Amino acid sequence: MPKRDYSLLGADARRAVETGLAAADWYHTEVARKDMKALMQRANSPAIRDTIVLFACMIAFAAIGIALWPSLWSVPFWLAYGVLYGSSMDSRWHECSHGTAFKTPWMNDALYNIASFCMVRNPVTWRWSHARHHTDTYIVGRDPEIAIMRPPVFFKLIANFFGLFDAWNGWSRMLLNASGKIEAQEATFIPASEQPKVIRVARIWVLIYAATLALALAMHSILPLMVIGLPRLYGAWHHVMTGLLQHGGLADNVIDHRLNSRTVYMNRVSRFIYWNMNYHVEHHMFPMVPYHALPRLHAMIKHDLPAPNRSIAQAFAEMWPALRRQLASEEYFLKRALPATAKPYREDLHAAALGTAAQ
Amino acid sequence: MSQWIDACATDDVEEEDVIRFDHGGKTFAIYRSPDGQWFCTDGLCSHEQVHLADGLVIDYMIECPKHNGQFDYRTGEAKRAPVCINLATYPAKAEGGRVLVQIG
Repeated sequence: MPKRDYSLLGADARRAVETGLAAADWYHTEVARKDMKALMQRANSPAIRDTIVLFACMIAFAAIGIALWPSLWSVPFWLAYGVLYGSSMDSRWHECSHGTAFKTPWMNDALYNIASFCMVRNPVTWRWSHARHHTDTYIVGRDPEIAIMRPPVFFKLIANFFGLFDAWNGWSRMLLNASGKIEAQEATFIPASEQPKVIRVARIWVLIYAATLALALAMHSILPLMVIGLPRLYGAWHHVMTGLLQHGGLADNVIDHRLNSRTVYMNRVSRFIYWNMNYHVEHHMFPMVPYHALPRLHAMIKHDLPAPNRSIAQAFAEMWPALRRQLASEEYFLKRALPATAKPYREDLHAAALGTAAQ
Repeated sequence: MSQWIDACATDDVEEEDVIRFDHGGKTFAIYRSPDGQWFCTDGLCSHEQVHLADGLVIDYMIECPKHNGQFDYRTGEAKRAPVCINLATYPAKAEGGRVLVQIG
């Protein structure tokens, strides 16, 4: 098999279009219309409650961190603040990009823009990027959000627990966009009419970072950067830990989310930080179901899905050896068994992709 | 002048909801608004060809079930990214317990 070409402008991108893998009709578990309507209903109260808790904790942890600075006693408070800034904002960015966090649109947009800034993801670019991720989930050459390419580069995966590659990429793109340019691959999924917005947002962000840097220089201290910017690095570990589990070690080039996505049962704290995206198969099958309704959706369709991983640790114990095997064989992936109550995988649709699987 | 086509029974669609209707090799979406009026648009989202009848009706908006693109189903106007292209709309009415659409 030829090596995978993850470029959105490369051979695999063209092949995905030619073979019908791009923008395909994906498998869905059957859910009665009445039930799906109830699940998709929007509400403000869960997200308002969670957002108040989130920002109250961030303000409290940052205030204590600043008060104790530069003592070592401030470290736990910065670590807590960092996770909320560098990881919780990932899930807020994600949910608000779907427009499902709040019922009121301006609330979605407000949190989306704040979270996008924290994660250094241009809110215009990434809205389109994430739409493509949902259209062509883990279709090589089509999905711009494939976190673990094959063969996996472990150094990069581990460095990203500290945001090194992701944040550097985000800041580089911000400067590129602020200079008035759009990266060529991104131009494939951002309509021309939206591209001026990308540039406008990048310029505003550059001003915010410049002001933060100027304050740090004036104070002869990195303290301002501990509040804005650096938490994207020292608080990234939780969103990378949970994010790698979403699709890592599973199939690519298939059109059934049961084959390429992973649901993991998690503790309550991680579920708050991650906003229930541990129900990832469910989210991909029905992306318009809000985060607070995903446990109900899970209960409704779990008879048709592979058994969820029991914990973050157990999911890593499953995924990590599979990634190591992909070093030797790019074709290797985990194919998880379905329960007897599930509709079987459509092997005819996935014959090309399901060559080398572990049950 | 196009013919009125019998699409479904009025009871098939709840208020503030949508149903899919296939006719002549095309697919349409028929809406019943919160105030009981009837509307009809193209059935597939202009962004990624997803069936809008699987989406959520919120007041006078239909939300695509895949990417949260939104249209005003009374006019077909695209209201929220990632949709940029408007939907075609068609006349619709209720008569004698049936929903009729003019889609010829």
